[in-house]
Order: sequence, then C-alpha cells, then structure tokens
Amino acid sequence: MAKVLMTGNAAIGEAAIRAGCQSYFGYPITPQNELTEYMAANLSRRKGCSFIQAESELAAINMVYGASLVGVRAMTSSSSPGISLKQEGISYLAACELPAVIVNMSRGGPGLGSIVAAQSDYFQATRGGGHGDYRTIVLAPSSVQELADLTHKAFDLADKYKIPVIILGDGILGQMMEPVKFSHEVPAELPIRSDALRGAKGRPSKFIRTFTSDPVQLEEINWSLFRRYELIKKDETAYETFLVEDAELVVVAFGIAARIAKGAIRTVRAEGLKVGLLRPITLWPFPDEALKELVKGVKQFLVFEMNMGQMLEDVQLALEGKGEVSFYGRPGGVIPTPSEVARVISRLYYQKGLNR
Amino acid sequence: MKKVFTRPKSLKRNTFHYCPGCGHSIAHRLICEVIDEMDLQDKAIGVPPPGCSVFAYYYFDVDMVESAHGRGAAVATGIKRAFPEAVVFTYQGDGDLAGIGTAETIHAANRGENITSIFINNAVYGMTGGQMAPTTLAGQTTTTTPYGRDTVLEGHPIKMSEILALVEGAAYIERVAVNSPANIRKAKKAIQKAFQVQLDKRGFAMVEILSPCPTNWKMSPVEAWQWVDNEMTRVFPLGVIKDITSGENAD
Repeated sequence: MAKVLMTGNAAIGEAAIRAGCQSYFGYPITPQNELTEYMAANLSRRKGCSFIQAESELAAINMVYGASLVGVRAMTSSSSPGISLKQEGISYLAACELPAVIVNMSRGGPGLGSIVAAQSDYFQATRGGGHGDYRTIVLAPSSVQELADLTHKAFDLADKYKIPVIILGDGILGQMMEPVKFSHEVPAELPIRSDALRGAKGRPSKFIRTFTSDPVQLEEINWSLFRRYELIKKDETAYETFLVEDAELVVVAFGIAARIAKGAIRTVRAEGLKVGLLRPITLWPFPDEALKELVKGVKQFLVFEMNMGQMLEDVQLALEGKGEVSFYGRPGGVIPTPSEVARVISRLYYQKGLNR
Repeated sequence: MKKVFTRPKSLKRNTFHYCPGCGHSIAHRLICEVIDEMDLQDKAIGVPPPGCSVFAYYYFDVDMVESAHGRGAAVATGIKRAFPEAVVFTYQGDGDLAGIGTAETIHAANRGENITSIFINNAVYGMTGGQMAPTTLAGQTTTTTPYGRDTVLEGHPIKMSEILALVEGAAYIERVAVNSPANIRKAKKAIQKAFQVQLDKRGFAMVEILSPCPTNWKMSPVEAWQWVDNEMTRVFPLGVIKDITSGENAD
C-alpha cells in the first residue's frame, strides 16, 4: 500500500487492527485520545471485535485481562496518570502469563502533571511498574512509522512470550503526523490463542490464578517467569546506532529524545565533532551488550532524556564504571530543541578535550 | 433404588475449606446444581475474587479465572465481549462488590452486560479477619468497629441491590438468604433465573445472598442463621428488587 499521513495515535490503532487486535478498552486522557477515537471508529463495529470506553483505567485493564484470557489479541492505551492506575492489572497479567499490549503516550509528571510529552515513566515501565517481581517488554519508538511497526511487533511478542508488552511513546509521537506505510493486511481470520480459557468443552476444566498459599510454589512461578525473561533478553533486545563508527562521544537517548539528539548530532558533525548515537528500541530488555561493546572504543557518553535521569541508571549499570557518563535532561514536559542539545554536546566535547 | 440426592457434576470432589456454618459452601453447591440443570458446565467461565472464596476454583468444575479485588465485573465484561458464547458469572463478596468494586459493578450493570453476578453479603471482611464491610450493620461490632458501627463516623450499610435496581441496564436483581431450607430453595431459583436472563441476553443480573459468617460474627452456626433472619433481613429485605422480565412468562 501507499504511504498515508497519520497521527501516531491513529497509526497505532490501524497497526493494531492489522495485527488482529480484536478487543480494545480505553478511557479518555490526553495526549492519547486519538487512539481511543480511532478504535471507536474503526474497531467497534468490526465483526467479532469489541470496543468499550470503560469507566476507569482500572476497569479497562481488567477488561483486557478478561479478553486476553479467552484468547483474543487485546489492547488498552493511556497516558502517565492512567498508566499508574493500570499497574494493578499489568501485575495480574504478568502473573497469569497473559499477553496484552499497553500503550503509554506519556506526559509530564508527577501527579496530574502536564499534558505535553515527557519521558518520566521510564522507571515505571522498565521495572515492572506494579507490585511483585516481574518485567514487561518495553518498546520505545521514535517515529510514526516505528510506532506502527512496533505495534504489530508488540502483539507478536506478547503472544510469543505470554507477557504484557508496553509501548512507551509520548505526547509528541502520539499527536504528530507523519507518512506511514503499513506492511500487513488485516488477517482474514482473527487469531485465537490455543491455550485460551473458553469453557471446558471436550477437556477437563482449567483455572488461572495468581494466589497461592504455598511460598515454595509461588517461588517456582517466579523462577519460571524469570527463565522466560532471560530468553527475552537474549533474543529480543533491539537498538539503533547512528554514526558511532568513528565517534569520540556517544549520546544515549530513546524515543522522541533520540530524534532530537539526531538533529543535534547532525549539527555538531557539520562542525567536525565526532559524535554518534545509541538509541535503545527495547528499554526492557535494555541493550547492555551494545554499550559494553561501544565502551571498548568510546570513553565519553552523554545520556539525554526528557526527565531527571532514569535511563541514565541503566547506562551506568551497563558500563560498569567504564567510560565517563554525563547527563542532560529536561523534566516536566519541556521539549528541548536540537540546537539546545547541540550546544550541550559541543560544550561537553570541548570540556572533555575530545577535539585534541 | 432411585437416587434422590447426589453431588452435582460441576462440583469437584474436594473438601470445602470453609468454616462450619459458612454460607459459601451452600452458595457454591446451588450454583453447581444450576449449572448442571441448565447444562452450562462446558460453556461457563467463573470469576472468583480475593477473599474466602479465592479458592472457588478448587470446587467449581468449570473454567475459572481469579480476578483482582473488586474487578470481577470488568474481567467478566472482557470475557463476555470477546467471547459472547461463554456463560460468565462473577462470585464476589461485599468488600469486593460493594466496596472496592462499586464502579466496575455499577458500570457493568449500566452497560447491560450479559453477565451474572453472585454477591455474597455477610456484613464483614471474612478472610482478612472480620473487619467492617460496606454492608456491616449499624451498631455491629467488627475488628475495625470495636465500639459498634457508628453511622455518623463510619457510614451506613450500603444497599447494592437497591442501588443497582436504579441502573437502566440491570435486568434482574434479587436478594435471597441461605439460612434455612426454604430460603435455600428460593436462592436456587433466583440463581437459575439470573443465568437464564444472561442466556436470553436481557442484561445484567445479580443475586445478593445474605450469608452467615459464624466465625467472624463470633456466633454458633445456629445463632448466625438466626441473626440473618432477625438482624440482616431488617436492613436487607429479601425478595425480587428488579425484574424486567416479570409478567413476560406464563410460568
């Protein structure tokens, strides 16, 4: 198909439908309403599909839990304060090993915060988010095209690993329009998972639960989850590098911040500074190995985020004290310009004597 | 010899963990009898809550999924919308349905979700050790109302059935009790009706069951059964509270 011009939020909706998403449950919150509206217009009347504007984010995530249980591809979306409310359900999905796709078009916080783009939900997204020992796969797109591609991938990963997958975008990505091409058609037959709970017809009854009064049994459940997480780390870590081959300084940034950083890097490159970019595409699993490889040749790293330094900790952990890590961040929904970031990069470059 | 009484097919051969005199085991059995009689065992999906009945899946021989506290109606909604062929029921206590889950319950009812809710009202939080429930009676002593529930400070017993009867999408609401053979027979009829309403796609159906909790009420089973009659039914009167099908059937 040809490219079409769409907002990021609408592109997620279209990509989800083309991935065979049958159930969408949402609740209004800025800046992701275009996605709920897209699903109301394009999914709600589709045969075999269901759409509900729920009474709360809590209800929406629990509807996803019910729909996932009966084996359909299910999705919900929200923005930061609403994602906090969904954490209860995400913990249950993780515990029950139920696939689901959860979109966070994040905004400034804490509290009600602002309605503009921010990246301050990194900790929440990558550390599980709710109670208990668990992880979710976290995908961080940086363009509308990538939002569409990763939405499809999110459903595949969720099914493959029986895990909730978070798409961590932000208010800019959700609301800006870009040309996008969808590589999949809507499947003729909507997929139903073979392990679904759909009534005990022709088989013994089954139950899915998270509660057990036996700590040893619960420990085994945790171990089994983490064995799967190791597989995900091994096989699904994704990142992009940009101009790192000869770089003296590498900027590490994700999502929309990486897009801004790319602009800044082009500017400083034109002035002869050897600067590259590492952009994690999966925030969990985090691309530790890519950093460990880079630090063999690069000694200076600049982490740039639209928060007070959250991914910064993962970069420091991955580098294990090797190299030197600086940080530049703007919290609260302030969106730095490429020229601002270029100034930060070049100041650091000269301060560290990399021009010599 | 003719068999006149047997274990329902959809009730597993596990010994109940419930206390002597508790209403849960009676309610479980009634639901299982109805599931058998209406031939629903292979279509039913049950949604039990956290609480004393968290282990309901050890007893019901149908597909079941544990819900987070209070979210039963939302989980059941997701199941039913994604798989309308299922016959979905929630099994919820008073803390669950009338406290933490009021929003989910009222809105599922308002959307007219074709689900059946079995609401066990025993006027206390049972599993956590007998704290005040939203349905605790005025003056009733619990571990968190050691001086008796003072309605000025602690609010009034909430009447979920009456509240839900005002909601447009609710099709059938009845309050029953499981404290005497006559009441138990009525309770079974109500449960049957609540499943039939779902099968007929008429909307949300709920049966509120007044259920004794001798352990947390600190009574003998017999005293607890009497307390249901003498105290609980004064605040929570038994009977059909809403039935949109009333008068439609000759029977």
